Amino acid sequence: MAEEVKLHSFRGSPYGCRVEIALNIKGIKYDFIQEDLNNKSPDLLKYNPVYKKIPVLVHNGNPISESVVIVEYIDDAWKGAPIMPVDAYEKARARFWAKFIDEKFIPAIFKAFVSHGEEQDILEANEQLQFLENELKVKGNKFFGGDNINLVDICAGYIAFWAGAAEEALGIEVVTRDKFPKLTEWCHNYTNCQVVKDNLPPRESLVAYYKWLFGKE
Amino acid sequence: MGKSCEIKLLGAAPSHFVNRVQFVLNLKSIEYEFIDENLNCKSELLLTSNPVHKKVPVLIHANKPPILESLIIIEYLDEVYHDIHPILPSDPLERAHNRFWANYIDTKYFALFEELRRTPGQEGKKEVKKQLDEASELLEEVFVKSSNGKAYFGGDDVGYIDVVLGCFLAWIKFVEKLNKFKIFDEVRTPKLLEWTNRIWSHEALKDAICGSEALTNHYAMLQIKKP
Repeated sequence: MAEEVKLHSFRGSPYGCRVEIALNIKGIKYDFIQEDLNNKSPDLLKYNPVYKKIPVLVHNGNPISESVVIVEYIDDAWKGAPIMPVDAYEKARARFWAKFIDEKFIPAIFKAFVSHGEEQDILEANEQLQFLENELKVKGNKFFGGDNINLVDICAGYIAFWAGAAEEALGIEVVTRDKFPKLTEWCHNYTNCQVVKDNLPPRESLVAYYKWLFGKE
Repeated sequence: MGKSCEIKLLGAAPSHFVNRVQFVLNLKSIEYEFIDENLNCKSELLLTSNPVHKKVPVLIHANKPPILESLIIIEYLDEVYHDIHPILPSDPLERAHNRFWANYIDTKYFALFEELRRTPGQEGKKEVKKQLDEASELLEEVFVKSSNGKAYFGGDDVGYIDVVLGCFLAWIKFVEKLNKFKIFDEVRTPKLLEWTNRIWSHEALKDAICGSEALTNHYAMLQIKKP
């Protein structure tokens, strides 16, 4: 039976991009279904009735939602280059940092963007970043995943591309780059990975979108 | 049995996040040392083991660095002790569904209970109860689909969602008594109601949950610290 893989997403979404990178790592062909977030398709609402959000991966008619759940599913369901570590302890560590990025870091940096760079918000975002900087320092590797990217790198992708676009849109600096040399180096390495490069949205459109989103026309 | 004496669990009795790790350790017959944390005066061990969140549970296994976050700990234990009472299914799609619903319970469902606690006045609480009822009915559907006519979300045996929601039951029962209403009932959530009786009497769960006095104290503390 021919495999059918569809991805309901929105070009420019950092969460949708995570799934595309994971699919690319495994070399999986898929149909990209662009969703209008102001007019969501009946399929999207059927596939993700709980949250009604993108991304949703539909594999042979079976929908899977939530970007990290999808990425782990892709790693479980297809052979090929691994996305999760093999060792149980390292897996736990990767999941911890992925959760930290989604539950602590991204909300903190988003808050700083919404407030157009309130000093306290920038401080808090930087506090969260320091944990990630330390993790890279301790491990001393090119990526959070070692020589190759893993789940943590994929989740942290927000820092490498989206954060910079939002900063440019607002004319502010939230990620105080000279404080985070390892992360700055990681950003450069991450965005230069072929599987990442191939899936990043055009920066100009993202900057324009952020200008609109954060009310800086 | 060599593996089994190498586990330490930093926890606090009223935390259902801690309880779920204990439930899994019990299901897998793993011996462990429980280190009871005073959450108002956290130990050096806890603060150094979990500098990011400073929270329980924390699992320390042999000489490895600590493992944090209850769901992550459960997946770790399930992988290391995979031959004894598997918690997650092996099929990738079912694993994804289990992870999705565990996440839903921990974020959306749990958040409604927090909102209920923090909403003053009967009218306000009624509104939140309506949302809770909808969410509980959603979980009823999940149970029916997941259990496929069997006793638990996991089928014949306790699985991942049983552990996650099962340990939350102590808090749910406390909230029901406090507010004089039912979260699960015969009309809206008949299958879940039957499931609550079943899991509540499960041997491995009984040891893992705390009594109502500890919950009353915990509730009082939350009302002061996070009103």
